Amino acid sequence: MAATTTGVYHTTYRGDLALRHTKLEYVRLALVLAVVAALPFVASPYWLTVLNQIGIAIVGAIGLNILVGYTGQISLGQGGFLAVGAYTAGIVATKTGVSPLLGVLAAVLATALVGAFFGLPALRLKGLYLAIATLASQQIIIWVITHWDFVTGGVDALVLEPVTLFGWTITGDTQWYWVIAGFAGLATLVGTNLFRTGVGRAFVAIRDQDIAAEVIGVDPMRYKLLAFAVSSGFVGLAGALTAYWTQILTWERFTLDVSILYLAMIIVGGLGSISGAIYGAAFMIALPAYLQQLSFRFQGDSFFVSNLPALQLLIFGATIVLFLVFEPKGMARIWQRMKDYFRLWPFRY
Amino acid sequence: MSTFVQLTVTGLSNGAILALAALGFVLIYKSSAVINFAQGQFLLIGAYVVWALTIDAGLHWSLAVLGAVLVAIALGLLVERVILRPLVGQPIISVIMVTIGLAQVLGALVLIIWGTTPRAFPDFIPSDSVDLLGAQVGESRLWAIGLVGIALIAFALFFTRSRHGIAMRAVADDQQAALAMGISVRRVFALAWALAGVSAVVGGMLLASLVGVSGEISGFGLLVFPVVILGGLDSVLGAVVGGAVIGLLTAYTGGYVGGGLQTVIPYVALVLILLVKPYGLFGQVRIERV
Repeated sequence: MAATTTGVYHTTYRGDLALRHTKLEYVRLALVLAVVAALPFVASPYWLTVLNQIGIAIVGAIGLNILVGYTGQISLGQGGFLAVGAYTAGIVATKTGVSPLLGVLAAVLATALVGAFFGLPALRLKGLYLAIATLASQQIIIWVITHWDFVTGGVDALVLEPVTLFGWTITGDTQWYWVIAGFAGLATLVGTNLFRTGVGRAFVAIRDQDIAAEVIGVDPMRYKLLAFAVSSGFVGLAGALTAYWTQILTWERFTLDVSILYLAMIIVGGLGSISGAIYGAAFMIALPAYLQQLSFRFQGDSFFVSNLPALQLLIFGATIVLFLVFEPKGMARIWQRMKDYFRLWPFRY
Repeated sequence: MSTFVQLTVTGLSNGAILALAALGFVLIYKSSAVINFAQGQFLLIGAYVVWALTIDAGLHWSLAVLGAVLVAIALGLLVERVILRPLVGQPIISVIMVTIGLAQVLGALVLIIWGTTPRAFPDFIPSDSVDLLGAQVGESRLWAIGLVGIALIAFALFFTRSRHGIAMRAVADDQQAALAMGISVRRVFALAWALAGVSAVVGGMLLASLVGVSGEISGFGLLVFPVVILGGLDSVLGAVVGGAVIGLLTAYTGGYVGGGLQTVIPYVALVLILLVKPYGLFGQVRIERV
């Protein structure tokens, strides 16, 4: 099981299934944890807010990657599912007095249910047709939110009280950072472990070759719906976190653009990779935030400042196109290649 | 009765423009199996270029339309060559996302060049209202229906009479057989994108003369999906019928039911069609296990 310059060899099934194979990977884990712990002390308030957005996006992107990257079911309904999670949490918080933990649970379950419902077309459709069906689900969910005033408050914002958990009121971005980082870590752990189980492997089998999967006893119907439910569960969690953290919900934050943003995250990060979802979420949230900050510095440059939203959109779109044309496997693949380069140095392969 | 006539005209004129946008969409899908999410932005660019050439550059509208058609052809060819060709053989998700990314880039460029202020479109078709069967209807809407009709007939003639049109149908039918007959499949793909650009210029222009030039036009692009799913993703006739049906459905729902239901009804229809008849009314049925 030692890492050699020619590769990592396993002599037991246990070793093969392990999450981490080499000592260096433990070192990396420790480094990542140290950086995560240190970030709130070094980040400026602006970047702390961005970090919290990234944390939430990581949860959502892992969820979407389970569905799109691992199970191969294209979904353009992410924004709608996020809205279901956020509004469920918001309604539970404003209309009942139960613990926010129950609110999170309700959001996860409700979104999983809605996700499975809108996953029903996946039983008859795939590829392009499924993408269009989920696009419709996105529009339908947003319509329901803006028109069922008696449940969601319609087009008006839904305002939440600060969250109190076991007598501790979570206030400020620094406290929220720990909560969100905790959930992001949990999502990463669950996501990674999911693909060490039979269910996760069934998802991958359906993506790779659905007929062969059925032949070896994977029921495509059941597992496709399950993939929609599991994925939406993660997305619901991300939505609930958004609701409790920002304390204000409007439907505009869950439009088709959000679905596209999340798809961009997993494409740029790497389809079918949990770490890819994390890289992609960090990159796609940090990039516009960085541009925004640049615009503070370029106050005098009126072109840059007045066209900021358009420039952000331009760079966003260009990033998607460039990644797809030049590195379709995303940042996870770039990272892999970098590792290989140093591992095999001075040889090319 | 007069409400009915009004709604019918509104629905049919919107539907006609939708049909034209859907036609560009179907052309690309039929020949190269690419779903073009940037169709709405193509409409938007078509409208803005015509607007800029008439108002800013002061050209006669016929020259402006010609200029916009050339721009659209160039844009279509560029997109096909630079963005879509490297992705041949890639998974569907990549192809979908690349056109979505393209839509963002094009939308952003329009924002940078022309800003967000809605503009009035030059009157190149009359905008008075006329009396039709006892109802007041916008003359521009009748013109839109007529012009789209002419454009669709022109496209139909192109497909049935010209060598290029027949070559496109051959490629759509069977790429290998078309190659064996000496048809350049690459050139057909390029032609499909160029034609999609042209149909978007006409559609965008007509849409702009009904609702003005603003970012809203690109939102119209999403309505193309219910249309093409109803008609069948690879059917030209389907695009026409689908456009009319979705346009009328939206108009009647808005007029008789109201409550904002008209914005969502096309998508509800879309899901139902997908569940009942996934390949639409005229689409080619592909039997595959799902």
